[in-house]
Amino acid sequence: MEALVELERVKKHFVIRDGILGRRRRFVHAVDDVSLSIVRGETFGIVGESGSGKTTIARIIPRLVNVTSGSVKFSGIDICRASGRELMLARRRMGIVFQDPASSLNPRVTVAASIQRPLQLAGLPAKEARDRVREVAELVNLGTEVLDKFPHELSGGQQQRASIARAIVLRPEFVILDEPTSALDVSVQAQVLNLLLDLQQRFSLTYLFISHNLPVVRYLCDRIAVMYLGKLVELASTGVLYREPLHPYSLALLMAAPPPDPKMRNRRRFILTGDPPSLTNPPQGCRLHPRCQFAVERCRVEEPELRDYGSGHLAACHRIGDLDLGFAM
Amino acid sequence: MSRKRTYLKAAKNGMFITGTVLFLTVLLVAVFADRIAPHKYDEMNIEKAFIPPGRAYLFGTDEFGRCLFSRIIYGSRIALKIGLMVVAIQISVGVSVGLLAGYFGGKLDMILSFITDLTWAMPPVVLSLAIVTVLGPSLERVVVSTALVSWPGCARMVRSKTQSIKNMPFVEAARALGESDLSIIVRYILPNTLGIVIVLTTLQLPGAILSTTGLSFLGLGSQPPSPDWGLILSEGVNYVSKAPWISIFPGLALIYTAVGFNLMGEGLRDILDPRT
Repeated sequence: MEALVELERVKKHFVIRDGILGRRRRFVHAVDDVSLSIVRGETFGIVGESGSGKTTIARIIPRLVNVTSGSVKFSGIDICRASGRELMLARRRMGIVFQDPASSLNPRVTVAASIQRPLQLAGLPAKEARDRVREVAELVNLGTEVLDKFPHELSGGQQQRASIARAIVLRPEFVILDEPTSALDVSVQAQVLNLLLDLQQRFSLTYLFISHNLPVVRYLCDRIAVMYLGKLVELASTGVLYREPLHPYSLALLMAAPPPDPKMRNRRRFILTGDPPSLTNPPQGCRLHPRCQFAVERCRVEEPELRDYGSGHLAACHRIGDLDLGFAM
Repeated sequence: MSRKRTYLKAAKNGMFITGTVLFLTVLLVAVFADRIAPHKYDEMNIEKAFIPPGRAYLFGTDEFGRCLFSRIIYGSRIALKIGLMVVAIQISVGVSVGLLAGYFGGKLDMILSFITDLTWAMPPVVLSLAIVTVLGPSLERVVVSTALVSWPGCARMVRSKTQSIKNMPFVEAARALGESDLSIIVRYILPNTLGIVIVLTTLQLPGAILSTTGLSFLGLGSQPPSPDWGLILSEGVNYVSKAPWISIFPGLALIYTAVGFNLMGEGLRDILDPRT
C-alpha cells in the first residue's frame, strides 16, 4: 500500500490578537499534532464537529494555509517546503471541492470559463481545452446548455457538479472533498455521491472526504479518522469503526445519527452533553473529559496518546481497556 | 461571456439609455462648441447687459452683456475636463490602493490604510491653497489637488469589498489551481468590485465638478473670463435678485450633466452584473 498523502505531526495554530495594540496574543489550536496517511486509491474520511479542525486539514494539504509545524507530503513531495513551481505542479495533481456550491464559482464568468481555467493555466491550447470541458461536463452530467450560463442561474446540484468538473478537469490523482454534499438537498446529495463514486472508479482517484454526515461517510469511505478539537482521537477502517468504536467520542458521534430503522429508536443512547470547549483554551488532559461520562482523574491530568489496537485501529483514550463500548452498537 | 447578451441588456435598460443620451449630448456640445455657440464666450457688449432670456439671447446676458447660452456651451468643455480628470485619478489610485491593501493585508495594509486615513483628513481647500500659492492659480492645478484627496473613499470601499471576496471559496479554488496573486486580483477580485466602483464614480463626478467650483469662487481655479459653470454661477450670485437667470442656467447645466452621468453609471452596473 503506497501512501499518497502523508501528514506527520502537523500543527496549525492561528494567532488571535486582542487587547491594547494587539499585544495580548492567543492561539487557536485548529489542528494539534495530527499524523495520518492516505493510501492511493482509497477514500479517506474525516469526521468531527464544527471546529474540530477537519476543514483546516483539507486546506493544509494543497498549502492554502501554511502549517505551524510538522510535515505534509504528497506523493513524495514535501508540500510545506516546495518551491513555487513545485507547489504549482503538485497542486495540479489535486482537485478540491468546497462545501458551499453557490460561492465556489466566480460569479462573473460562465460555468464553461470556470471549468476551462485550470486547463488554460496548464497551458492547453484553447480549442483542445474547450473539447475537454465538454467532455468533463458530460462526465458530471452537466448539459451543454448549462455551460454558457452564469453560476447564479444554476441549481445547487448543478453548481456542485460544475465545481467537481473543475476539480477533475486536469485529471488529478487526489481530490479533496470538503463537505461536498452538506449544502444540498437529500435527493441531490445521493446523485452527487454516486457521481463521486463513479468518477473514482473511472479515474482511480484517491479521495479525502470531510463531513459531519455519518451515513454518507459510511457509504463512501474506506477508512475514517475521527477528530475532536484539533486532535485525532480514533482512526479505523469503516467497518471496524462502526462495529466496535474504541473512543467514547466516536461512539457519541455514531449514536447521534438517527438509526435508519425506526424500531431501533429505543436503543440505549450515549450522547455528549454541553458544547465543545473553546479552542483557544482547550481543557487539560484528555480534551473530551469535561463532556465524557467515563472520565476519571487520570483523564483530567494526562493527555492520552494515540495507540494501535490492532490492524491499524488507532485510538487515544485512557479507558479503552476498562470499557466495552460495544454495548450500544 | 456572451457579448450579444450584454448588448441586449443595454438596449433594454431604460436608465442606461436615458443616461447615455444625456451624457452624449453634453459630449457633443463640448466637441462642437464653436459651431453651436452663437457668440464667443468672452464677447462683451456692455449696452446689452442683463437682458432676460428671450429670442435674441436664449439664456439672457450677464453684467457685461455676454451671451450666457454661448458661455454655458463653452463651459461644458471645462466641466467634462474637470470631471473626467478627477474621476480618472480617483479610480486609478483608489482602486489600486484598495485592492492591494485588502488582498495582501498585514503590514502593507497597515501602511496603505494609514496613508488613506491621512489623505482623508486633508481638507481639499487647504491643499489647493498650498499648491496654488506656490505654483500660481490654474484650473488644472486645482483639479489635480482635488483629485489627490478624493480617492480615500474609493480605496476604503474597494478594500473592504476585497477583504470579503478574497476568502470566498472561488478565490481559494483559484489559489489551489495555481493562479498567481496578480491573476487572482485582476480576474477574480477586480471584476467583483466593479459594481461599487462604477456607482461610486458616477456619484463623485458631479461632486468633483462642484468642489472645483468652490475653489474657482475663491479665485484659485478658473479665472475670469473663463466660462467655467461654477465661476458663472458664483459671479451670478451678486445679481441674483436682478438677473436670476445668470445663476440658474449654469446650475441647470450642472444638474443635467450630473443626472446623465449617474443614470449611465447605475445602468452600466446592472448591465455588467450577470446576476441581473
